[in-house]
Amino acid sequence: MTPIILAAEAAKGAEKAAFPPFDPWHFPSQIFWLLLLFGSLYFILSRFILPSIGNTLERRESSIASDLDEAARLNDEALDAQKAVEVSIAKAHGKARDTADKARAKIDKEIATETAKVDAEVDKKLAEAETRIAALRADAMKNVEAIASDAAESVLGKFGSKAGKADVKSAVKSALGEG
Amino acid sequence: MNLFFHGAADPMKQFEVQKWFELPPVFGYDISFTNASGFMLLGVVLCIAFFGYAASRGKIVPNRLQSMGEIGYGFVADMIRGTAGEEGLRFFPFVFTLFFFVLFANVIGMSPYAFTTTSHLVVTGMLAMLVISIVIIFGLWKNGLKFFGLFAPSLGDMHILGKIVIYAILIPIEIISFIARPLTLALRLFANMLAGHILLKLFAGFAVTGITAGGIGLLVAPLAFGMGVALNALEFLVAGLQAYVFAILTCVYLNDALHPSH
Repeated sequence: MTPIILAAEAAKGAEKAAFPPFDPWHFPSQIFWLLLLFGSLYFILSRFILPSIGNTLERRESSIASDLDEAARLNDEALDAQKAVEVSIAKAHGKARDTADKARAKIDKEIATETAKVDAEVDKKLAEAETRIAALRADAMKNVEAIASDAAESVLGKFGSKAGKADVKSAVKSALGEG
Repeated sequence: MNLFFHGAADPMKQFEVQKWFELPPVFGYDISFTNASGFMLLGVVLCIAFFGYAASRGKIVPNRLQSMGEIGYGFVADMIRGTAGEEGLRFFPFVFTLFFFVLFANVIGMSPYAFTTTSHLVVTGMLAMLVISIVIIFGLWKNGLKFFGLFAPSLGDMHILGKIVIYAILIPIEIISFIARPLTLALRLFANMLAGHILLKLFAGFAVTGITAGGIGLLVAPLAFGMGVALNALEFLVAGLQAYVFAILTCVYLNDALHPSH
C-alpha cells in the first residue's frame, strides 16, 4: 500500500514542478522582494547605522589618541618636576655648603681676632711685668750699690784709708757693672 | 503519515516557495509575500537590529554586542582596503550591505525549517547583476572609454606584430572572463547553498529511514547521523565563507572599475 502511494505522490510531484529553484512562477516575487528588502537594508545601513558606527570608532580613536597625548604630557610634566626637584636639591646643597663655609670663615676670623686680642693683652702684661721687674731690679741694684759703697767705705774706714766718698762710689759701681 | 514522510524525505521540498500572503499583481507580475520573502525580511530585520544596536549604543567603551558590530564594520572596511584600496571605501555601504545580507541569509538558512533565500539562483543572480551593473556603470562614469582597457592589459615594450597576435588571443579571453564574472558569482553562492542543504537533508533523511527500516538500516543510521553533524559544521563554515567570497569578489571587481589598467 505504502510504496504505491509514495510512487503516486512522487509522480504527481514530478509532474507539478521539476526543480523548485527554477520554477518561474515565483521569480517576480523573489526579485521584487529582494530589491525592496536589499534596498531598504542599504538605505538604513548607509544612512543611519554605518555613519554612526564609523563616528563611534572615530571618537574612540581620537579619545585614545588624546588620552595618550595627555599621558605623554603628564609624563613630561612629571619628568620636569623631577628635574626641578633635583635642581632645587642641588641648589639647597650648594647653599648649605656656602652657609657652612661662611660660618666656618666667620668663626675662624673670630677665633683669630680673639687670639690676637688675647695675645696682645698677654704681650702688654708681659711687657708691663718686664718693665716692673726691670724697675724693681734697678731699684734693688741702686740699694745694692748704696749698701756696697757704704760697706766698702766702712771697710776702708776700718783700714784707715782716706779714700774720698765719690771714689769709693765709682769704684763700687764699676765693680758691680763688671760683675 | 505518508505525506509527512514524502515531504521529509524529499530533499527538494525545502527549496519550495510557498505564498504566505497573496498580493495583487503589479503590471501582471505576481509579487506575493512568500516564505522566501519572509526569511529575507527576517535576515534584514536581524541585520538592522544587530547593527542598529551597535550604532545606537555608540559608547567609547563597548560591550560585547557593540564590539561585535564594530568588528563587522572594521572587517568589511579592511576587506575593501585590502582589495580595492582607500578609494574603494566609497563602496563601503554597498559591500557591507551585500556581505551581511548574504551572511544573515546563509546563517538563517542553517536553522531547521528555515528557508535559505540564497539557495535560489534568482536571488544570487540579481545580486550578481547588481554588482556587475555597478562595476560597469561606475567604471564607465569614472574612466570613460579607458574602462575598456580592462580587456587589453598593457604588454610593455614589444613589437607591434607581437602585440597584435597577443591581443587577438587575450582580448577575447578577457571579455569572456568578464562576462563569466556575474555568472560565476551567482552560481557559486547558489550552488554551494543548494548542494549543502540537499546533502544535509539527505544524510538526515538516511538517519531517519535507517531507524524506521530496521535491520542493516540501524547500522547505517548512526553513520548517516554523524555525517549529518559533520556536514552541519561544514555548512556553517560554507555559509560564512560564501558570504565572504561573494563580498571579496565584489571588491575585486569594483577595484577593476576604480583602476581599469591591470
